[in-house]
Amino acid sequence: MISRRDFLQVSMAATAIVGASGFGNWCRLAAQQSLSQDQLVQFDTFGNVSLIHITDIHGQLNPIYFREPSVNIGVGDNRGAVPHITGADFRKAYGIADGSSSHYALTSGDFSALAQGYGRVGGLDNVATVIKAIRADRPEAILLDGGDTWHGSYTCLKTAGQDMVNVMNVLKPDAMTFHWEFTLGSDRVNEIVRNLPFAALGQNIFDAEWDEPSDLFPPYKMFERGGTKIAVIGQAFPYLPIANPGWMFSEYSFGIRDENMAAMVQEVRLAGAECVVVLSHNGFDVDKKMASLVPGIDVILSGHTHDALPEPGLINETIIVPSGSNGKFVSRVDLDIRNGRMMGYRTKLIPIFSDVIDSDKDVAALISEQRAPYATEMSEVIGQTDGLLYRRGNFNGTWDDLICDALLSERDAEIALSPGVRWGPSLIPGQDITREDIFGVTSMTYGQAYRSEMSGKLLHEILEDVADNIFNPNPYYQQGGDMVRTGGLGYSIDLTQSQGARISDLTLLKTGERIDPDKSYMVAGWASIMEGTEGPQIWDIVENHIRKLGTVRVLENNSIKVFGA
Amino acid sequence: MALNRREMIWISSGTVVWTALGSIPSFASKASDLINELTSGAKLGEGLIDLIAPEIAENGNAVPLDVSAEGAEQIMLFGEGNPEPIIATYNFGPLSPSRGVSTRVRLAQTQDVIALAKMGDSSWQIARTTVKVTIGGCGG
Repeated sequence: MISRRDFLQVSMAATAIVGASGFGNWCRLAAQQSLSQDQLVQFDTFGNVSLIHITDIHGQLNPIYFREPSVNIGVGDNRGAVPHITGADFRKAYGIADGSSSHYALTSGDFSALAQGYGRVGGLDNVATVIKAIRADRPEAILLDGGDTWHGSYTCLKTAGQDMVNVMNVLKPDAMTFHWEFTLGSDRVNEIVRNLPFAALGQNIFDAEWDEPSDLFPPYKMFERGGTKIAVIGQAFPYLPIANPGWMFSEYSFGIRDENMAAMVQEVRLAGAECVVVLSHNGFDVDKKMASLVPGIDVILSGHTHDALPEPGLINETIIVPSGSNGKFVSRVDLDIRNGRMMGYRTKLIPIFSDVIDSDKDVAALISEQRAPYATEMSEVIGQTDGLLYRRGNFNGTWDDLICDALLSERDAEIALSPGVRWGPSLIPGQDITREDIFGVTSMTYGQAYRSEMSGKLLHEILEDVADNIFNPNPYYQQGGDMVRTGGLGYSIDLTQSQGARISDLTLLKTGERIDPDKSYMVAGWASIMEGTEGPQIWDIVENHIRKLGTVRVLENNSIKVFGA
Repeated sequence: MALNRREMIWISSGTVVWTALGSIPSFASKASDLINELTSGAKLGEGLIDLIAPEIAENGNAVPLDVSAEGAEQIMLFGEGNPEPIIATYNFGPLSPSRGVSTRVRLAQTQDVIALAKMGDSSWQIARTTVKVTIGGCGG
């Protein structure tokens, strides 16, 4: 006789296959060049509960290009596991045809050529159309925003997030969690959150002084849909005061706090929740570990590390759904909840191909309204690019190479440091570079570019420290993001080593000489988390540099040697 | 190359933070020597102490720790990477309503925090967790 537990396992496995074929469909159809909106949103409605997940929009109201990484190395137990496979390996793992729309949406190879064919992705007017289509099918679907929404564009910076708030409110999310929002400063975050027409969740958002749950951000919200009680627990980015300037929101404390997560899961189950959803900004590997340690979570909607996977991860009985970034994807997750248990699921990662999906007219008008006051200054053409400008990758991206070059030449420095963030749209060869494009990869509330002398020893320690935040084999000690980008400085990194022994062969590229630990070097960088950092804004530095260049020539970067990948 | 006063302050404060990091904890033997001495080399059991600490400290100068052990008469906290590893000793009497405390401690660098508990039956329990102290600054 089949036990209850076996039954759950079997039915979950069976629906996982259904989920995969749902993905395969748009893949094949795309290969036939017959992609349509109906096919993108097509879904065989399943079970009794639907979730809609969007995350890490980073202020992108309009369609953009976004190249996924070609280098995304996993360490420890995650070595070679998704999402740490890229390019052709990724396509092979999911049966994606070369040149198909899913090749373009999910992987990096031939990006410039495919971008010409498939066009831009995202745009919240197109996202609105997809959400409407899902709601037409499942009117009570729960829309959840994973955060990093009120950050990342010219208008978002100028309006302190108001443009995104205005547009997202019209999409009517049911709940949200947070990361970069807090870099608006806690006064502004508190002001927006007090007026939000939906729940602002974070079981790990605590009052820093007393280490108690904060009043403004409840840990969870209960929903009742079609007679089923669903609890959504929020999990904000755990390392906000470490990865971002803590002085901007010093009254808040975060952390993973999985013991409190476990307590919250228990609390909502006791309160009658039949389904427990975690809206998470942990990052995929941290979510996997949390799912293995905290029992009773059915679904983790995963954000922060910007991974887009066509099938959910499965840890014990928890599915983990990562839904990409920059408005490029929306996930639909249908669940069969019976007798307080998840008996099956069906998911679809819906790529927002802007040329295929009909724009929602009302939302498009609202977006134009947000942009109108800044349209002239944003659209000014600063230069052109002859190659692909992108950011994602563990060690460098061509956008960051350009930013580092700008710092070296505009700030008369020997070495440049640029933060390893994962947001920022791509530009394809031949495109104009507008002021808006520069803000797309630089805008933040602490963009001052410092210039200071650092010893060779200190530079080495910084690289070791950041490398451990990315390549520590225990995901709970990782912060997400990528390696700090370096200009004028080459190095080797051995991923099999531990902190203090990963980085070697530091070289000053200008002279080819080894970095001397006791010598001082003039370093320019930006996005310091220190209070009181002074200097010109990074976007002005990059703009001046591009203006002088006219056309940006994108060259290969061979200054970092990676071992043990 | 001239630096103004403010930039100078930033650099110097930055240097202070950074130089405190990156080195490998070198006081491990001091903590284990102390523990050996206290327990007279008795067997140290595991699993009865709940020790909760952040994986990465938000502020190394005030790291929240929460420790409890049902039935403990005494709980001691050690920071393996602090110049002086002993952090605190808590004694519980028969009327203590709970055998646990929450406190904040200063951690000089990435290190293991150790809790040692003397139980009611005079047996010993130990628990440890790594707290990372990092410069951070590059989130996604």
